[in-house]
Amino acid sequence: MRKAAEWAVTAAFALVVYLLLVLWTGDLGLWSPAELIAGVVLSLLVGLVAAPILWERGGFRMLQPHRWVLFLFYLVGPFFLAMARANLDVAYRVITGKIRPGIVRFNPGLKTEVGQTLLANSITLTPGTLTVDVDDESGDFYVHWINVKAEEPRPQDVCGPFPTWARRIAE
Amino acid sequence: MNILIYAFLAIGAAFNGLGAVALIRFPDVYTRIHGATKCTTFGSIFFILAVVIYGFAHGGGEGGTLAVHALIALAALLITNPTGSHALARGAHRGGIRPFRAVVDRLAEGKR
Repeated sequence: MRKAAEWAVTAAFALVVYLLLVLWTGDLGLWSPAELIAGVVLSLLVGLVAAPILWERGGFRMLQPHRWVLFLFYLVGPFFLAMARANLDVAYRVITGKIRPGIVRFNPGLKTEVGQTLLANSITLTPGTLTVDVDDESGDFYVHWINVKAEEPRPQDVCGPFPTWARRIAE
Repeated sequence: MNILIYAFLAIGAAFNGLGAVALIRFPDVYTRIHGATKCTTFGSIFFILAVVIYGFAHGGGEGGTLAVHALIALAALLITNPTGSHALARGAHRGGIRPFRAVVDRLAEGKR
């Protein structure tokens, strides 16, 4: 039962993306019948392959809609701001060549895979920090930092408010 | 509207150019990943925003399709880019490349 639900939800997500991609291809309406049939078959196949990987360890939490609202707010608000600021910082370092690189370790205390992925991708997308490895068992993050300020940093030293937001969105 | 599009294109080109400069100036693979993937992502976000604005200003089915496709490309970029650069960095570290002039390397210590 649970397997079937996981399959159906994943297939529905794939179908939505497919339908957006082939928008306005039909002669009469938005989609032609051939596109719709191909989309259903393809998204069922995608669901079959992706569902077992996608819903491990707390993935179903992301189906609650308020988490998506929070995620969108995080994306255009705090995340974009931090990204812009970090970009200017790295631009300064590209021009002057003042770098102090190193790989630091910290533990943000995230338990679900969705939260860890969200935080790791946020860290990697922000210039100046790059997630090299995540320890699945202990939840330790190994981050290459272009300007090491502390050799034993707290999570907020490396990536600002990201761990708080990752916990709010995914856990 | 045109001014906004040109401004976004200029910002995008500036950051993409900076990424190319970083590729030459930085000393090792990890710092180059910083410059070459992150600066170019930020630049590409502004390119895509310019396309979206152009699409909506153009209007009609064609412009709307262009805008929606550009937004899907942005989502794909935001997911695949950090994943790819993380895979490059992890592969490099497992392959035995140590960060140049590093003040600290906790990952090598942990794996010992």
